[in-house]
Amino acid sequence: MSSFAAIPEPAVRLVLAIVILAAFVGLNGLLLVWMERKVAGHIQRRPGPFEVGPHGLLQPLADALKLIGKQLVMPRGADPWLYWAAPILSFMPVFVLFLPIHFGPGLYGYDMNLGLLLILAFAGFNVLALCLAGWGSNSKWGLLGAARAVSQSVAYEIPLLLSVLAIVFMTGTLDLGKTVELQGSWPWQWNVMTQPLAFFIFFVCALAETNRAPFDLPEAESELTAGFHTEYSGMGFGLFFLAEYAEMIVVCSLAVVLFLGGWKGPIMDGPWWFLAKMYALLTIMMWFRWTYPRVRFDQVLNLCWKWFIPLALVNLFITAVLVKL
Amino acid sequence: MAIKTVVKATPKPETGFLGALSGLKSLLVGLGITGRAFVDKQVTVHYPRETVENEALEGYRGHIELVGLDDNPAESRCIMCMKCMRTCPSGCISIKSKLHKHITPENRVKEVEHHGDSLTPVLLRPVPHPKKGRKELTKFNVDFSLCSLCGICVQLCPAHALRHSQRIYWSEFDRKDFDIDLIERLKRQAEEK
Repeated sequence: MSSFAAIPEPAVRLVLAIVILAAFVGLNGLLLVWMERKVAGHIQRRPGPFEVGPHGLLQPLADALKLIGKQLVMPRGADPWLYWAAPILSFMPVFVLFLPIHFGPGLYGYDMNLGLLLILAFAGFNVLALCLAGWGSNSKWGLLGAARAVSQSVAYEIPLLLSVLAIVFMTGTLDLGKTVELQGSWPWQWNVMTQPLAFFIFFVCALAETNRAPFDLPEAESELTAGFHTEYSGMGFGLFFLAEYAEMIVVCSLAVVLFLGGWKGPIMDGPWWFLAKMYALLTIMMWFRWTYPRVRFDQVLNLCWKWFIPLALVNLFITAVLVKL
Repeated sequence: MAIKTVVKATPKPETGFLGALSGLKSLLVGLGITGRAFVDKQVTVHYPRETVENEALEGYRGHIELVGLDDNPAESRCIMCMKCMRTCPSGCISIKSKLHKHITPENRVKEVEHHGDSLTPVLLRPVPHPKKGRKELTKFNVDFSLCSLCGICVQLCPAHALRHSQRIYWSEFDRKDFDIDLIERLKRQAEEK
């Protein structure tokens, strides 16, 4: 596995990495849809999908085929450029986000010393995509949903950044590979032990950034008729859907790399530990969705501006002082 | 004379740092509840692997069916008054009867002590029947694709000839298969008993 880094030609390595990551994202999208519906079902004390394939395993495939077969509709008065650019813009940056992440020792897409910065920069594309979707739909629910989504995303980027910055202060590098190497194999050697508040703030802000419950007002099914993606059917909706699940995977991977020791584990270091931790965090995200009621929008913004940003700043300040000592 | 009322003030949500801590604790309690629900036994009946047994079906309102006479279960209590047909809001009942002019009628539909709900009309005397000639029910169909299961026909029938069946697992591939012949169903049910 570590021979991946030994392929000499960087362009070949990059192309190979993108192809593998595209397959990874696609397969994970299917797996996550299945997992979400099964977790939802069992929490609600019912079986969830069961008929299509053994225990409903082929259900997401059937859903994907259904979405592909649907007619692509554009509402009257909608701007075609904005309307069709939005789902594509939402989905495309996702492949880039995976490149700096180290899945295992020597298993990465592109070694860069600014990996963290790349991820944070490209994650901001989602906000633009939401904006275009809502505005281009020419629909009041779309517009309201987009307005809420943009203000929520913009607000929660700040404490996300600040909590990540605390780790950067500690490790002194933006390179994700070095961040993993600086952590130990045992759980008490991971960054979450020295930065628990940062991990908590990061996780909650990640939930808000990806529009997951309880912060899913932008796509609130019962309140906004699906918010910014009301007017999308078929593959347009499918792309938003996939982009949301892919972003979930990205933030969980980032949390694992920054706080939970990456691919390091008690017995044998390797990519299996990375995947196990990532899926554990994803299951916790789904658990949150089916436990908590939706947060009201003013409460969402209050939480961010009045609680998370001050807490993240205090955390950063304390980290800076302790590092300097 | 004022009625004494006790007004309880709504408890104010705790604010500040302690409020945040108690809020976080409540979040964990919530996770515990759903976590336990995840591993608990499921409460739904997983059709077709499991089905609901007949004992649990009492009071179930399936499609309507005819009630047989006490002494001849293959013949229905229906007196062909057409009340159900006229009152059905969906117009899904169709009844045809034939009058045999020269046969002496016999009133076989006796009064019944009903055990229904308070809205069921009470039968106090024997059900009226024609003075001469005897009616024979030749067709009683109900189109279940139109039926809204309101139960007005069951409540209204003066002879208590209709009741809800307990047929819960019924699916067809064609809408026409939902037009059922209730006379034939009654005959089949009498044979099976």
